[in-house]
Amino acid sequence: MCFTHNFWNLTVQGLSDGFLYALIALGYTLVYGVLQLINFAHSEVFMSGGFAGYFVLNTLIGPRPPHGAGSVGTVVAGIAAGAAAGGAVAFLLERVAYRPLRRRNAPRLAFLISAIGASFFLYNLAGKEFGRNSVSIPEPFNLSTRVFSLFGAEVQTYEVLIAVSAVVMLVLLDRLVATTRLGRGIRAVAQDADTAALMGVDIDRVISNTFVIGGLLGGAAGFLFGLSSGVVYTMGFTPGLKAFTAAVLGGIGNIRGAVVGGLVLGVVENWGVSCVQSSWRDVIAFGILVLVLMFRPTGILGERLGRSA
Amino acid sequence: MSAATVPASAGRGPAGWWAWARGVEGRRLVAWILSLLVLAVMTGPSGNNGSPTTGFTGSLLHPRVLVFVALGVAGWALSALRRSQGERLRRLNRSILALPQRAVADRRNRLLVYLVVLGVAIAYPLTLSGFWQQVLVDQIGIFVLLAMGLNVVVGYAGLLDLGYIAFYAIGAYSGAYWTGSLPVHPPFHLNPFWVIPLAIAAAMLAGLVLGAPTLRLRGDYLAIVTLGFGEIIQIAATNLQSVTGGAEGVSGIPHFSVHVGGLHYAWKLSNLPYYYLLLAFVVIALIAFHFLADSRVGRAFTAIREDEVAAEAVGINLLKYKVMAFAIGASTSGVAGLLSASKISFVSSEYFTVQLSILVLVLVIFGGMGSLPGAVAGAAFLQWVPQILRQHPLFGYQPQDLYIYLGALLVVMMIFRPEGMLPSRRRRRELALAERGIGTADAMSGSSDPAVGP
Repeated sequence: MCFTHNFWNLTVQGLSDGFLYALIALGYTLVYGVLQLINFAHSEVFMSGGFAGYFVLNTLIGPRPPHGAGSVGTVVAGIAAGAAAGGAVAFLLERVAYRPLRRRNAPRLAFLISAIGASFFLYNLAGKEFGRNSVSIPEPFNLSTRVFSLFGAEVQTYEVLIAVSAVVMLVLLDRLVATTRLGRGIRAVAQDADTAALMGVDIDRVISNTFVIGGLLGGAAGFLFGLSSGVVYTMGFTPGLKAFTAAVLGGIGNIRGAVVGGLVLGVVENWGVSCVQSSWRDVIAFGILVLVLMFRPTGILGERLGRSA
Repeated sequence: MSAATVPASAGRGPAGWWAWARGVEGRRLVAWILSLLVLAVMTGPSGNNGSPTTGFTGSLLHPRVLVFVALGVAGWALSALRRSQGERLRRLNRSILALPQRAVADRRNRLLVYLVVLGVAIAYPLTLSGFWQQVLVDQIGIFVLLAMGLNVVVGYAGLLDLGYIAFYAIGAYSGAYWTGSLPVHPPFHLNPFWVIPLAIAAAMLAGLVLGAPTLRLRGDYLAIVTLGFGEIIQIAATNLQSVTGGAEGVSGIPHFSVHVGGLHYAWKLSNLPYYYLLLAFVVIALIAFHFLADSRVGRAFTAIREDEVAAEAVGINLLKYKVMAFAIGASTSGVAGLLSASKISFVSSEYFTVQLSILVLVLVIFGGMGSLPGAVAGAAFLQWVPQILRQHPLFGYQPQDLYIYLGALLVVMMIFRPEGMLPSRRRRRELALAERGIGTADAMSGSSDPAVGP
C-alpha cells in the first residue's frame, strides 16, 4: 500500500490533525446533544479563535522571539485568547441566531438557515475588518524542533503542543460533564429537555453554557490550527466540515465519540493523502462522511450525549 | 400593552429607570440600538491585519454612529407605537401587504396580472441600456431560474440543499463537453439545444446518486452532505485540469443556434436574444412548477413537509418523493448552468463557489419558500439591488461586502419573517402551526426512526 513506507510519519501527523478535529467536533457534538441541531456557524467560532490568537501573539511577541517560560506563557495566552474569543462568539451566536427561534418553536429548517446565515455574516465580516489575506501567527518557539522519535517518525514540538493541550482540554471537559452541576444539566437536557425543565433545570442557561463550552474548545483549536497553517477569514470552512465528519464518525452527540472520530479521521485522511495527490485531501474526508452516513449513520460509538457520556 | 412607551416609569428616579431598562421595552430598545450598531460596522470602513480595530473605531467612534443610534431609537419608537396601536395598525399594515395577494387571488385577475407582468418582461428590456440588459441576463435571469429550482427543494419539499451550484456546474460542464469545448472530446458534437436533455439527465443523475443515500437520513445531514458535495465538485473541477480545463477554464463553448429548414438563427454574445431565450425557459419552468405544486407529486411534497409520519402512514413513499424533489431542483440548476455556459461561452471551476449556493438560498428565502411568485420576484429584486448599489454606493457599500448583508438577511428573515416577503399562503400557515407544535413545516426529521432512518 502507498502509505506503508512512511506509515509512522503519517500516523503522527494524522494524530496531530485528529486532536484538532476532535476539539472542533466536540462543539458540534455538545450543541447537537442539547438541541439536536447542527451548528453550521461553529466553523466561524473556530475562525474567531484563530484571529484572537493572532492578535494577542502579535502584540506579545516583539522583535525578539521569547524563550523558556516566556514561550510557554505566550502559548498559554494565545490558547486563552482563542478560547475566550470562541466562547464569546458562540455565546452571541446562541443569543442572536438560535434563541429567538427557539422561543418561537421554529421548525428545524429555520435553525439551519439562520445558522448558515450567521456563518456567512461572521466570516465575511471578519474578512472586511481584518483583511482578506492569509497571515501567519508569529512563532512563540520553533515549532518544528524534533522532540523524540516514534518508530523512526519525528515528533515535533508543534505536535507535542497540540497533543498536550488537547488532552488537557478533553480531560477537563470530560470531568466537567461527568461531575459538575452544569455537566449534569447538559446531560439532563440532552436526554430529555422537557423533563429536565420540569425538574428545575434552567434550559436556556444550560444551552447557552453548552454553546460557550463548545466555543472555548473550538476557539482554542482555531489558535492551535492557525499557529501552523496561518489565519484567514475563510479558514473555518474546511476544518469545520471535517470536524463535523469526525463528530458523525464517532457518533454525533457522543463526547468520547467525537474524540475517537477526530483521531480516526485525522489518521485515515493522512494515510489516504499519501495515495493520491494532496489537492484531493478534502475529498477523502467527505468520502468518509458519505460512507459513514450510508453504512453506519450512528457512528462508531453510537449517538446521544445523555446515554454515553 | 400600556407599558409600550417611555413615560411609564418616568417619575420614579434612577431605580425606576433601571427597572424599565431591564424590562421588556428596555430590552427591545437595547436590541434595536445594538442591531443598528452592527449595521454601522457592516457599512463602515474596512480594516486590515495590521490595524484590526480601524474598521470598528472608524464606524463606532465616528460621528456617523449617531445616525445609527438615532435610527435605532426611531426604529424602536416606531415598533413600540405599532405595538401600542395594536390591532388597528396591524390590520392596516396587513391589508396593505395583502394587496398584491388579493389582486392575484381571484382567478381571472391572476391571469391578467400574469399577462401584464409577462408583457412588461417582454417589452421593458428593449428600453434598457446595454449594461442593464447584461445584468438582466447574467445576474437576474439565470438566478431567477436557479431560485425556482431551489424553491422546489427548499420550499415544496422542505429539504435544505447547500450545494445547489454543484448541479449548475454539472450542467455547464455537460454543455462544454457535448459541444466539444472541453479537452476531452465527445463521440459527436451537438448543438447546445440538443444538450439540454443531456444536461438535465446529468444533473438529475448526480442528484439521484447524492440524494438516494443521504435523503434516508435526518435533514441536517442532507444539508451538510450537499455543502461538502458543492465543495468537492469545485475541487474536482479544479484538479482534473486535463478534463475540465481547471481554474483557467475553457472558452469557445458555442452559442445556441436554430437550423430548421431554411431558417438559421444563432444567439450571439449580445444580451437581448439570450434574455428572451431565458424568459422562455423561466416561463416554461413557471408553468411546470405551478402544475407540479398542484399535482399528485406536489401534494405528496406538502404532506411530507407538514407531517412526515402521517404522510408515511397514508402510504407516501418518503424517500421516493424527497429524491424526486431533489432531482427536479438539480435538473433546473443544470439547465441554468448550460444556458449560462453557452451565453458567456466560457466555463471555469473558479465560478462554482459555495457562496453562490448560499446566494441562491437567500433568494428563495427572501421571496418566500414554497412561493413561485416569491422565488421569482425575490430573486429578481435581490439580484438587482447590489447592481444599483454598485452604481450608487449608499452608506459606503462595497461589493465585496455583499455576503455580510446576505448572511445578516438570512438571520433576520428567520427571526422575523421566515415565510418570506411574498409567502405562499399554505407555507405561511404551516410555519405558524409548526410554532404551535402542529406539524413540522420541513422534511428534516428523517424517515420513520428519528435517529437513523430505515
